[in-house]
Amino acid sequence: MNHFEVFGLPRKLGIDTAELQRTFYELSRILHPDFHQGAPPAEQASALEASARLNAAYRTLRDPIARVEYLVRLEEGRATREGAAATREAPPELLAEMFEIQEALAEAKAGGLDADGRRRLAAERDRLLARHREEELRLAGPLSAAWDAGDAGERPRLLDACKRALATRAYLGTVVEDLTEALGESQEGHVTHRRH
Amino acid sequence: MSRIVGIDLGTTNSLVAVVDWKTGLPRVVPDRGGRVLLPSIVAFTPDGVLVGDAARRQLVRRPETTVYSVKRLMGRGYEDVRDELCYFPYKVLPCEGIVKIDLGGREVTPPEISAIILKSLRDRAEAYLGEPVEKAVVTVPAYFNDSQRQATKDAGRIAGLDVVRIVNEPTAASLAYGLGRLKEGVVAVYDLGGGTFDISILRVKDGVFEVLATNGNTRLGGDDFDRAIVVWLLDDIRERYGAYLGRDAEAMQELRLAAEAAKIRLSTEERTTLTIPFDAFTYHREITRADLEGLVERLVDSTLGPCRMALADAGLAPADVDEVVLVGGSTRVPLVRRRVQELFDRAPHSQLNPDEVVAVGAAVQAHILEGGITDMLLLDVTPLSLGIETLGGIVSVLIPRNTTIPTSAREMFTTSVDGQTLVDMHVVQGERELVRDCRSLARFELRGIDPMPAGLPKIEVVFLIDANGILQVTARELRTGREAAIEVRPTYGLSDADVDRMVEDSFVYAEADVEARLLIETRNEADTVVTHVERALRQGGGLVAADEREAIGVALEVLRQIRGGTDRDLIHERTAALNRATEHLAEVMMDAALKGALESRRATEIAASPGES
Repeated sequence: MNHFEVFGLPRKLGIDTAELQRTFYELSRILHPDFHQGAPPAEQASALEASARLNAAYRTLRDPIARVEYLVRLEEGRATREGAAATREAPPELLAEMFEIQEALAEAKAGGLDADGRRRLAAERDRLLARHREEELRLAGPLSAAWDAGDAGERPRLLDACKRALATRAYLGTVVEDLTEALGESQEGHVTHRRH
Repeated sequence: MSRIVGIDLGTTNSLVAVVDWKTGLPRVVPDRGGRVLLPSIVAFTPDGVLVGDAARRQLVRRPETTVYSVKRLMGRGYEDVRDELCYFPYKVLPCEGIVKIDLGGREVTPPEISAIILKSLRDRAEAYLGEPVEKAVVTVPAYFNDSQRQATKDAGRIAGLDVVRIVNEPTAASLAYGLGRLKEGVVAVYDLGGGTFDISILRVKDGVFEVLATNGNTRLGGDDFDRAIVVWLLDDIRERYGAYLGRDAEAMQELRLAAEAAKIRLSTEERTTLTIPFDAFTYHREITRADLEGLVERLVDSTLGPCRMALADAGLAPADVDEVVLVGGSTRVPLVRRRVQELFDRAPHSQLNPDEVVAVGAAVQAHILEGGITDMLLLDVTPLSLGIETLGGIVSVLIPRNTTIPTSAREMFTTSVDGQTLVDMHVVQGERELVRDCRSLARFELRGIDPMPAGLPKIEVVFLIDANGILQVTARELRTGREAAIEVRPTYGLSDADVDRMVEDSFVYAEADVEARLLIETRNEADTVVTHVERALRQGGGLVAADEREAIGVALEVLRQIRGGTDRDLIHERTAALNRATEHLAEVMMDAALKGALESRRATEIAASPGES
């Protein structure tokens, strides 16, 4: 049973999240282990499994980006997380600048960053963060809508567009984190926060 | 069915509460003297083991054998606690991944100490209810990791309590407030107890309490405030009397108790005086609220970072929070209230007694599990990311923090050498990229893989975090469909055999007839399964083939005939057999229920919107 099926939804990216939440709560009231407490182990195990499946489905579908990632995986027939860590690919138009950024990063890591360098690095980070957000909006908006409207013939092309956008977003995310870390502006107390 | 009680097993105090079946109201259960708080202290004396207030009176007289704040040691290794051991007058020793407390001639583990506290609460509940109590919901800090949760469960087992659910303390508190006191919306629960700090952000809607994010520090609480005061007093005494009392266990206990009492008085008074009669001199010292605030400000401020992290993980800003709830005795400290109010820019709730609210919430959760409350549901999260070690000591995250539980993740494993029959896995918990910076949970060994060329076996491993926040791992070889054998070696914790042995020779069971008790438990279990299977056959028998129904019928009849006997192993075996026979039926029924719900939903939607289509 895939995540869409768990919620009785068609395999489409346009999802009303308020409605999804209502269904999630309703199904939780049926499946959650709390309501199968006194039951024999077989029923408890079924409830546990079904409830875990429901929670995973909700977590994925409520988030527009995770939803696209999941759909790509589903379309490509990859059932598990295997290889899920989306490839990070530099957007072609940024390739040239990337050398400069990498250089500035290396400089920052070596501790040779003056006030001016810091300012430039911070500005660079903010610009890339904006690009990252742009990519997310594109994925959640036009790309998702195009997928839902597209017919079978267009799907391979649309799927490919989604994949490239995901790779770009993942790449930008990594660079933004590296820059933030180099600037020493990570969340307090958690210096090297893991990327999910 | 016997009642399920709610227990708050606290660092400083523990309580038991239960919901009245008739009125639906939760009650914190008092002891014979009318006190509801049981100090979480256990004293070992030549006359026997003392718990609670009686043990508290031994703190100064027998500092080496009076154990307090044991919660800080639960599920931890020696390296984890080494730097705070100087504050404990009792001796803590390393012991194969866990710690033991040396009582001079006898060594006990933290779960055994907790079991003594649990047993005392159980006795209290039994006297109050007038019936045996075998099941409990026990609360833990939301930020407790897997080992700490497991240790808490072990403590229950040693005390003869089936811990049917581990609930996070802040979430439990929200359930207590949920009984008519909370508006729907986003709630932040700030829980600062004796030894631990938690922040949980929840969305309360339609009776569902959905935790969005949680964060905290399992080594920060009122104990640390007391320590800060004691260090300050030690300096003051050295300066004024030229005496250093840091190595005098009895004096340190006097100072700790006086510091704690002064801290409590300063929540309502601006200044107070400490008077401690030592042998050589009597120590007087005035301390003001400003002094206290200067000493604990750094500690209080260190709770704000986790609050911001939790908000960020929930995707919210402080202004999005509709209600703030304060839990735990340390939130009585005015500076704590001020800081929380500043952060969320809103006056926090504290109508319910912050010492009792967690136990009340545990009782509410227990009542939900008993079927007494059907309109409330708690959806909690796992506080820490779960991952496995990959090449180069890097963590590969399988389940990110703040995922709603229960939850599961699947991962494929294979072999790297021809003919390999074993695969190792190392499971860790934490938020860092490198294995060595995370908490090691356990090493798993997959055995009995058929010898094949490298890379050919496909072993699917399922990591499941249950509703208690505890990890279960199963594995299957996909080519054969066979369950793979897994050997688990928990990094910090007791093996099942350890716990069994502790049950046998526990202080707790000394008087009970273990055999008779176990037989009754086994029969009860058989009865539960029989009743449920009868019902399942009536309701869902038609969903499976005739021969499957027949097989279930046979297993059912066999169990009915033997359940009255005295052969515990046989009853157990037949119960398991009946259960196995119904596995498929249970699954089919769950799917049917799910489909039914989705269909009736659609039907209502269509009925409700006649204008469409």
